[in-house]
Amino acid sequence: MSKQAKHWEKTRGLLFVTLAIWFVFSIGIFFFGAEMEASSFRPFGYPLSYYMTCQGSLGIFVILIFWFANRQEKIDEEFGYTEREDD
Amino acid sequence: MTKMIKGKFIDNLPKVYGIYTGGFLVFIILMAIAEQAGMSAKMIGIFFVAFTVGIYAIIGYLSRTLQLDAYYVAGRQVPTVFNGMATAADWMSGASFVAMAGGIYFKGYGYMALLVGWTGGYVLVASLLAPYLRKFGCYTVPDFIGTRYGGNLARLSAVLVLTVASFTYVTAQINATGTIASVALDIPFGIAVYVGLASILICSMLGGMRAVTWTQVAQYIVLIIAYLLPVFWISNKMGAGIFPHLMLADEVARIAELESQFGLGTVKNSAADLATVPKGLAGITKAHSEVNTTPWKFISLAVCMMAGTASLPHVMMRYFTTPSVKTARRSVGWSLFFIFLLYSSAPMLATLSKLSLMDPNLATGIIGKSITEVQNIDWYQNWNQANLMFVSDFNGNGTLELNEFFMGGKAVVLATPEIAGLPYVISGLVAAGGMAAAMSTADGLVLAIANALSHDLYYKIIDPKAETAKRLIVARVLLVIIGFAGATIAALEIQGILGSVIWAFDFAMSGLFFPLVLGVWWKRANAQGAVAGMLIGLAVGTWYLIHVRTGGTPIWGVTQLTFGIHGALASLISMVVVSLATKAPDAATQRMVDEVRIPSGRTVLGKQH
Repeated sequence: MSKQAKHWEKTRGLLFVTLAIWFVFSIGIFFFGAEMEASSFRPFGYPLSYYMTCQGSLGIFVILIFWFANRQEKIDEEFGYTEREDD
Repeated sequence: MTKMIKGKFIDNLPKVYGIYTGGFLVFIILMAIAEQAGMSAKMIGIFFVAFTVGIYAIIGYLSRTLQLDAYYVAGRQVPTVFNGMATAADWMSGASFVAMAGGIYFKGYGYMALLVGWTGGYVLVASLLAPYLRKFGCYTVPDFIGTRYGGNLARLSAVLVLTVASFTYVTAQINATGTIASVALDIPFGIAVYVGLASILICSMLGGMRAVTWTQVAQYIVLIIAYLLPVFWISNKMGAGIFPHLMLADEVARIAELESQFGLGTVKNSAADLATVPKGLAGITKAHSEVNTTPWKFISLAVCMMAGTASLPHVMMRYFTTPSVKTARRSVGWSLFFIFLLYSSAPMLATLSKLSLMDPNLATGIIGKSITEVQNIDWYQNWNQANLMFVSDFNGNGTLELNEFFMGGKAVVLATPEIAGLPYVISGLVAAGGMAAAMSTADGLVLAIANALSHDLYYKIIDPKAETAKRLIVARVLLVIIGFAGATIAALEIQGILGSVIWAFDFAMSGLFFPLVLGVWWKRANAQGAVAGMLIGLAVGTWYLIHVRTGGTPIWGVTQLTFGIHGALASLISMVVVSLATKAPDAATQRMVDEVRIPSGRTVLGKQH
């Protein structure tokens, strides 16, 4: 397999992981709104369903994007595809 | 020489905007002193709006340019964090600033699908699209579609979808600037719309994307201060907590307690009673934090907002302005961080606002007081006059019940500082913030449409030999025409702000989501498939919207707010089927896609094209 194909395979792998985490926190957990509301786990005292919609999922998305960007930069470095700064 | 100054300007950004922020804070303090000295509320409002809009206009003038890449993509040298701020301002519209907290106030959990959708979409932007479109080096979104798939038909279809979606959106934003300008400057709405338009055009006309970028950063700073300051102030004043985001659990619980005590959901208003309530005002009908919607309703709305986020061209084109692919990726993270600051505060504002009106233990509470007493309160009279508040003694017992109080969604943001007893200077600040939010989004949208028409329709299709000077003149003329068309429709006041914003997401998702994503991620996708995907997607989405609006039976529980589900599905199926039924893209196109997938090296399209 060529260097480029390998790079793309890793990039695609990272995409699937990122989208899986995204799916859980943007769609998956909201199938269980009623269960989350009844849950005894209450971050900062808020009902879990309420907390996830106003801070939880939102914050996770922010962290997820930065994590994704770091991982992708590592992959690009590994294959020597990093851009020159003065590009 | 100019390059040196420009370079210097970019290096000095933190200092320049630091001074700007400091200056703005000093201005707020001066206004507070002036209020104590007896300046009227009306004058304070005028000063706030005029001062901030004046600054944006100066930035817009200083950023004027005669260069193509500066006009279309801000010279591709906007640093990561600043691009994040500009995107956040570009993104957070009048709807986010003025209407969102009100939506949560009246509809609770079911409405918060918008918060999840409007943030989750950025994960799709970062992972599926932004870095690859930056590597492509396009000026506009149809520029990518037209080059990747080849052919004028694909380019034209993309321009069509972009125009439909963005135009739906921009009328709502010009409407919002008009509303705020008319309240703050005390002029009729029909005139205020054009005052708003003039301010929008001043920011974008001379400098295109470069001017819009630097005004959007300035607008973000104003809007975030204007949103957060009242939230923290009210929370501390009520003794609810120093840091409201982490400390309002007791208040949320208290609201639930009061809601059941006041008989929310058990007492119903009769149709005859409701007929007396002015149009556009809402009563509290849904419990604040309880799960009050079905999972499908919540998820389908979130999905539409997420896919729409990834397809709206005015957001995507912000990532064309970063210096590299790497910075484009990071800049998406910063964008979402800056958006998060406001979005996570909206539910807190809704909570504080609701409690301060409902709780009989607080001096500001009005539920349970006598109707005449409430009708004599100063702020009630003001906002009742502005048609944003209404009380009526339906059951004739002389006391204000929960189901006898009505408020416009906008009033939650605009009136809460006054209700909570904050000085008027804060209300003036909030008006300036709302104006900044609506203006920055309108700027981005008008520019997205005008750029697509001037670059893709005029230069690429009608007159490919046009010279730079002529192209830039055409771009500016189109900008003014589109602005005026938007303002004229906004002045008719056909739709509400929030409804048309949500439609814009559905339109964008119906026609552009899959053609964009598959353009990067599926080499086999070809021009015929893309054209089918865009046109059939848009047609099916539009058909379904009309179908539900005219009383047709909903299919799969999809409403007029989520019609993008059907549009995007039709787009995906038709794109895959038609692509596979026709010839694979040629070797040159395949190489181009390979090239896009590698961050390093030259962009696919030249620096100036």
